[in-house]
Parts: sequence; C-alpha cells; structure tokens
Amino acid sequence: MILKLMNRTSRSLNLIQVACRNLNTKIPISPVPTLENEHASTVKVDRNTIALLERLSLVSYDTEEGVKILEDSIAFANKILHVNTDNVEPLYTVLEDQNLTLREDKITQGNCQKEILKNAAVKEDDYFVAPIGNIPLHEVEVEQETTKVKQNEN
Amino acid sequence: MKFTKLSRVVCYKHTAVTARGFSTVSNKKWQSVVGLEVHAQLNTESKLFSGAQNTFGGVVNNCVSLFDAAIPGTLPVLNRKCVELGIMTALALSCKVNEVSTFDRKHYFYADLPTGYQITQQRNPLASDGVINFQVFTPGIHKKPYRKSSKIKQIQLEQDSGKSLHDAELKRSLIDLNRAGAPLIELVFEPDLEDGEEAAALVKELVLIVQRLGACTGRMEEGALRVDANVSLRRPGDPLSTRTEIKNIGSVRGVAGAIRHEIERQTTILNSGGRIINETRAWDATAKVTIPMRDKEVVQDYRYMPEPNLPPLRVNLTTDTEHKDILSVPLIQDRIPELPDQSRKRLIEQFQLRPETAIQLVNEPTLLEYFEHLTSEARNPTKVANLLINDLLTVLNRRKLDADDCPITVKQLKEVTDMLLNKEINLEICRNVFDELIEVADSDVSPLRVVQEKGWKLTSNEAEITKLCIEVIENNPKLVNQYKSGKTKVFKALLGILFKNNSKVDMSVVSKIMEGLLKK
Repeated sequence: MILKLMNRTSRSLNLIQVACRNLNTKIPISPVPTLENEHASTVKVDRNTIALLERLSLVSYDTEEGVKILEDSIAFANKILHVNTDNVEPLYTVLEDQNLTLREDKITQGNCQKEILKNAAVKEDDYFVAPIGNIPLHEVEVEQETTKVKQNEN
Repeated sequence: MKFTKLSRVVCYKHTAVTARGFSTVSNKKWQSVVGLEVHAQLNTESKLFSGAQNTFGGVVNNCVSLFDAAIPGTLPVLNRKCVELGIMTALALSCKVNEVSTFDRKHYFYADLPTGYQITQQRNPLASDGVINFQVFTPGIHKKPYRKSSKIKQIQLEQDSGKSLHDAELKRSLIDLNRAGAPLIELVFEPDLEDGEEAAALVKELVLIVQRLGACTGRMEEGALRVDANVSLRRPGDPLSTRTEIKNIGSVRGVAGAIRHEIERQTTILNSGGRIINETRAWDATAKVTIPMRDKEVVQDYRYMPEPNLPPLRVNLTTDTEHKDILSVPLIQDRIPELPDQSRKRLIEQFQLRPETAIQLVNEPTLLEYFEHLTSEARNPTKVANLLINDLLTVLNRRKLDADDCPITVKQLKEVTDMLLNKEINLEICRNVFDELIEVADSDVSPLRVVQEKGWKLTSNEAEITKLCIEVIENNPKLVNQYKSGKTKVFKALLGILFKNNSKVDMSVVSKIMEGLLKK
C-alpha cells in the first residue's frame, strides 16, 4: 500500500530530495564523476577461482546467481580502492587503545569430558569420530590417484 | 671426453661419501639451502587462552574447556605465563621484543581445529630479529666442531591444534581435543643452513636453551618440540629456488635424516632434468624416507584476518614496573640463567676441557650436573669428563637408557670415580660397577661394597704381582729376548699377556715391577 503511494508520488518525493540536498552542502545536487574508473569496475571471477574459494570456505556458490552475488560484492568492496589512504594506519579493532587482559596461569576450566562429548555426532572410546583428513600418502597411492583423475578428465 | 669422465668419478665419490654421511658439504653442482620452523609447547599449567589443563597424556577429551571446543559465545583470555616464557625465550635468542604485538586468525578446515582457525601472531609478532649460535659436532661425522649461526625472523605465540588418530582401514579419524589450544611458540628461522647435520645441531641447541629456561620440556618424543624443514637446491650464487617443506619431524636425528634424504631426492630429480614442485612432505622415521602429503602443489590461502576479540598485547621494554596486564621485559631479562653456549665457554676456560668434550657434556644436562658435583671437590676435570662421556654414557646407551633416567646418585658416582682415580679399580671394572648400579637402581647401595662383594678390587700387592710377572717372563722367552736386544716395543705385549690372564691388577704397579725384572 505504502509502495503504491510512493510510486504515485515519486515525482514529488524527488522534489523533496532535491530540497534536502540543497540544505546539506556535503551532498552534491547533481551526480558527479568519482575517482572510480567505470571501465575497470566490471568484476569477473573465473571457474578455477570459484572452485578454490568453495574449497577454502566450504560454501557452495557455483550457480549463475551465486557467482553474480560474489562479483557484485567484490565490485562493491572495490570502491574503497578509490579512496586515498596514503599514510593512514589501518584500524583493525576499535579497542586498539586498550591493553589485552592477562590471566594467571591456573587451571580453572576443563574436566568436563561428558559435556564436551555431548556435541559429538559420532564418537568412539571418548574420541570424536571425523572423516579422514590430510594424511601422508605413499608415493604409489598418489600416482594411482593422479592417473585416476586424468582418466576422469578424459 | 676425458673431462666428463673425471667429473663423473668425482660425482660418484661424492654420493658414496654422503651416503655414509661423512661429508656434509654440498657438492659442487648444487648448493642445498635449509631453513627451519620450530614449534615449542610452553611449559605451563593451563592453556594459552583458556583455563583448561595443559598436559601430555591426560584422559581423552577431558582437558578441554568450552572455548577449546569452539562453543559459540566463549572468548579467549591470554595466559600471562605464556607471554613471560615467550619473551624469556626471545631474549635468550637475542631477539628484539616488540612493545606492541597483535593476534591474527589463520583459517583452515581440519577436524582437530574446532573453530576452523588458529589464533597466531602473523603481522606483529611477540619478538623478531634474533640469532642462534651453536656448535655443529656429531661424533663419527665431524672430526672437529665448528660454529654456525642462524638468524631468527620472528617468534610468535599461537595455539596448538587437537590430535588426530588416523584409522586408514575404516577411513576415519579419531579426534582428541586435549591439545587443542595448548600454548606454542613458533620460531621462524632464516634459510641460513646447508645440511641436515647443521639443522640437527640447531634443534639440539634450541632444546637445551628452552630446557634451561624452563620454557618447554623439550621432549621431542612427546611432540613438545616439533620441527618443519624447508629444503631447496640452487646453483651457487643463484637466488633461492622452489622448496619443499617437511612437516612435523619429531627427533633430533630425524631432522638430520629427513633433510639428508630430501637433499638426495631433489639432487636426483634435478640431475635427471626434472623439476622440484612446491609441496608438503612427511618424514617416515621407520622407512627413512620423506613421503608426499595430500595437498600437492596447491597454494594454501589461510585468509589471515586480525583477531577481533583480542586488543593489542603491550609490554614494558624500559623499566622494572609491571602490573597485572603489562609485563616488564628488563625483569624477565634478569631471570635468564646461564645458557648452554656460556656453559661451554666456562667449561673450556675454567677446567681446560677440549671443545669436543665441553659440547658433549653440555648436550647431556644430567652428565653436566654430575660433572659440576664431582669437580666441586678436587678431582681431575678431564678424567671426570671422559669417564662420564666415554664410560657412563656407553653403559647407559648399551641399556638403551636416556642419561636423564640414570638412577646413579651423585654420592655413588663420587665413590666410583674416587676408586678409579685411586687405581683401586680399572676402567673395565668401573663400567661393570656402573652397570650393576643401574641394574639395582638403589640409592642406598654402596659401590665400594659392590666391588668388595664381587671381588673386583684391583691388587696392588707387590709380592703377588711380582709372581705374575715372573710367570709371564718365563712363559715368553722369545719376547723377553727381543726386549733385551733393544726392541722395547714388545714391553706392551708382555703387559698385555699378563692383563689378559689377570685383569684385576693395578697395571701401573705391574708396569713398574715388570720393567725392573726385565732390566735385571
């Protein structure tokens, strides 16, 4: 309902906006060219990069829409590249002026195996059970794997 | 043609030599470059950012706080002792301690890393620009010790990960989080070394230093100190080439072996026209080979970001004032004990020991302690040192015992040493006494009584020895004639015959009496 109203009165709203801009000197009345180079602002991410990012973040976005969102995000963030930050120290945290709190070296936590293991989907002998990770492989096995991959590609 | 043949011979000779491990200098064609990264677990009661117990071999998944298990809503609080031990190690290695240091998150996914990131110090580490000086001397490989040093790029505080047990058969991993969040310092060394022996000597020195400081137990067999080695080859004068990284080497000899193997492997590949790829390899200590790990030739992207939950860590570099959150670096400096390098210098200056002897004594803290006790009373330092290194250590090695586990007390050792120095027993019997003392492992047993009970005491009874000498002279007329005609060398042979038949005699007395009899 409100939206419809806004559409109808969009012309009058524009007028109000112009009036606002006139009141605030920091906002230009008409669009001005920024430092941004429009030709360079198109972001394209290739398939290999997508695959790498998916592996690093464990998030899947290999759809047209997903890639579009990623590219738009990069383009949005890239705007900061047009701001001159020479001789400005980066701010990593707003707590930079504070000192890190230190604690005495005393055992005050832990000893709660039961609670910790409550989070395990699968457990065995009080261990968490997980899929096998990055373990050393014998050279033979590695060779077999690479030939397999090659066959798949063919 | 001739020339190539010749160079080939030289090459073969070289490979043969390296295979035996005698030459550690790279061949003329390739120069090996080695750099180390060392992780040392800090010797604290509790973990780096949580109050859970920091221990080796606790009940599985019991020394884990909610923070260590990455339960949402938990926050890190830094352990003051970790900062103290980190700074102490940094000062012992002549590092510049940084007034302000910060923490970063290093991301990677692994089952034993519950948060998916490790808190470390990448941008502003605790300390930087240090150096470690050490002696390279492996008996049997080097004839003489030589001095070497390696620059330290930085020392940073960071969390350890949990432990994974891999079950290859059922294709699964078992995770124990007891080690997750344990305090580590990582020491990043510049690639200043040339081979495995130098790297092993560096690690040995580092172990001695952290043990002296009490910063780390240095027990490599428990994983308290772990070594990653970066190895590459290049033509002399060329820039650094592609390197491989050998991960998690768990012993001093392992460091030497893994690097030697990796240099040989890369040499073979390059000599046959191959190319080295950037990869992570693991050292198989049983098979004595390095093997590739799964993430072959993929550039890791750790997506470092500043840790938002930890404001900067600040220390007082100039004065003795400190309070709860700010440590005074000068106060820590005052608490640094004598370091191994200083001990060696002192041993050489104070006791006129040979450099090799000083190195071997300092390498075994238990032997050094024995030495200090024994020489605090008037005893010949060189003889005491040789006794400890050559005899006691041999007996321990034969029993596959670590010097640290030697059950012989200082009191017992003093008794044995005095018997030996007073020639009441000889070296062979001395070793037997050591062996017996280790066997019974009882601090109340008197070595003197052991010698008496076993009838090991040497005879210096002149009448008895004269009888033995006459016997030998009568039975060996040929040697005696040779001696009398001027061949004095055979004297030793005569003594040898007597010793063979009767080892429990004081040979200095024998020598005197035998000489007297022969001159008659």
